[in-house]
Amino acid sequence: MTAESDLNTRLSEHKDAGDPAYSVALTVNGRPYRLTVDPRTSLLDLLREHVQLTGTKKGCDHGQCGACTVLVNGRRITSCLTLAVMHDGDDIVTIEGLGSPDALHPLQAAFIERDAFQCGYCTPGQICSAVGMLAEADAGWPSHVTADVGTEQVELTPTEIRERMSGNICRCAAYPNIIAAIRDVSEGTAQ
Amino acid sequence: MKSFTYERVTDPRTACAAAAARPDSRFISGGTNLIDLMRLEIERPAHLIDVSRLPLTAIEELPQGQLRIGASARNSDTAANPIVRTRYPVLSEALLAGASGQLRNKASVGGNLLQRTRCHYFYDTASDCNKRQAGAGCAALHGANRNHAILGATESCIATHPSDMAVALTALGATMSLLSPESTTRTVPIGEFYRLPGTTPHVENNLAANELITAVTVPPPPSGRQRYRKVRDRASYEFALVSVAVILATEADTITDARVAFGGVAHMPWRSTEAEAALTGRPAIPSTYQAAADIAMESAVGRGENDFKIDLARNTLRRTLADVAAMTDRRPS
Repeated sequence: MTAESDLNTRLSEHKDAGDPAYSVALTVNGRPYRLTVDPRTSLLDLLREHVQLTGTKKGCDHGQCGACTVLVNGRRITSCLTLAVMHDGDDIVTIEGLGSPDALHPLQAAFIERDAFQCGYCTPGQICSAVGMLAEADAGWPSHVTADVGTEQVELTPTEIRERMSGNICRCAAYPNIIAAIRDVSEGTAQ
Repeated sequence: MKSFTYERVTDPRTACAAAAARPDSRFISGGTNLIDLMRLEIERPAHLIDVSRLPLTAIEELPQGQLRIGASARNSDTAANPIVRTRYPVLSEALLAGASGQLRNKASVGGNLLQRTRCHYFYDTASDCNKRQAGAGCAALHGANRNHAILGATESCIATHPSDMAVALTALGATMSLLSPESTTRTVPIGEFYRLPGTTPHVENNLAANELITAVTVPPPPSGRQRYRKVRDRASYEFALVSVAVILATEADTITDARVAFGGVAHMPWRSTEAEAALTGRPAIPSTYQAAADIAMESAVGRGENDFKIDLARNTLRRTLADVAAMTDRRPS
């Protein structure tokens, strides 16, 4: 029995007989999955408990800390605050899909280079959020600290990065190094 | 979280019909507030109708110069829309002042308008709350009420409406399109959509049973420069203590048109027609701004910990008016 089917068996044993279940098909890190879930299952719990990808972390489970940030169809969202069943057909990328130990994503490498973490619990969410944030800035999206929201070009200053990353909390307060790592990548100076 | 059944709808009429068929249902779009409320079992729908994929995401200019924003448009897409950014910067600024990048990527325009208060006692199911349980009482009235309302509140409820976007839409005079299960659409000015708490704080707006918000339409931008200013306990990712949306037009240092709406001060976005009247036709000088700020807060009532918000609201309006007047001088519209 695989770990996945073992877990599904245990989950089904704990379910009330009358609880509804729904089929959801989605792609996670390029791999297609079809799973049957209770509609209460968050996307975060689907990733961690059903797909067994535990890189995505559960912090507050209320969308406030950002530890569970993943990319859905290229956009960063908090996976705790969305139902798995609502993501049928979606393309999910988690920290495991960004890079591997042998081929790190530039942001993963920059976080190591800049020592942008202590305990590391928020790091997968920080990195997935930064990937989404850099794409938003590339698309010219303004932020709360952009002086003129009508501007067509955004310069990712430290102030801009701090504002745009404010949805990711770091309990160890590694913020200065997180900003530095993201700046290295945004300015193309990462090793 | 209570167990529920789930369906996804792909056209608005089906959505309303589905809601009419299930009185115990709720629409879900971004889910960024509803899922929290369901986890806490403050919301206990037996059925969810997923409206997140309705074809209501367009943001388009209408022939008469209005801007129609589909109810399913994401907050992030609306904030980044080129027309919104250039013609309605106060709306873009308000959206960008709210929540985080991740939440704005999920939250929809319709859902943002219907989000519930962030009053701690509303979320704490061990506390008395008339909004959560009619007749239970209001723990905030003599409790930790630093964040609470100073205008239009009652002994029943001193909660505030948390939306930034709705404050900008109030200043802009937006209307909402509401689709009924009978397939008729009515339009309601946002100023007539929300309700003050009175003795029924659990009724927060005038949306009828099974109605669906399909769009928000903003009239052509009024003349003048626009600004949204939000004051809060953190520099980012925090609800407003006080916010203000201001649109101000001046000619030769005389104010020719003014719009003023506050956030964080009442059960609904608070448009101050009194402040607007005190500004229009008056010289664009500090004493005019002070007079407008004073009249805007004339009926304000503090409840203890939130007493400071009355001065904070005055000062925020005064400073924002001065800033916007300076912008107008620099870049006449």
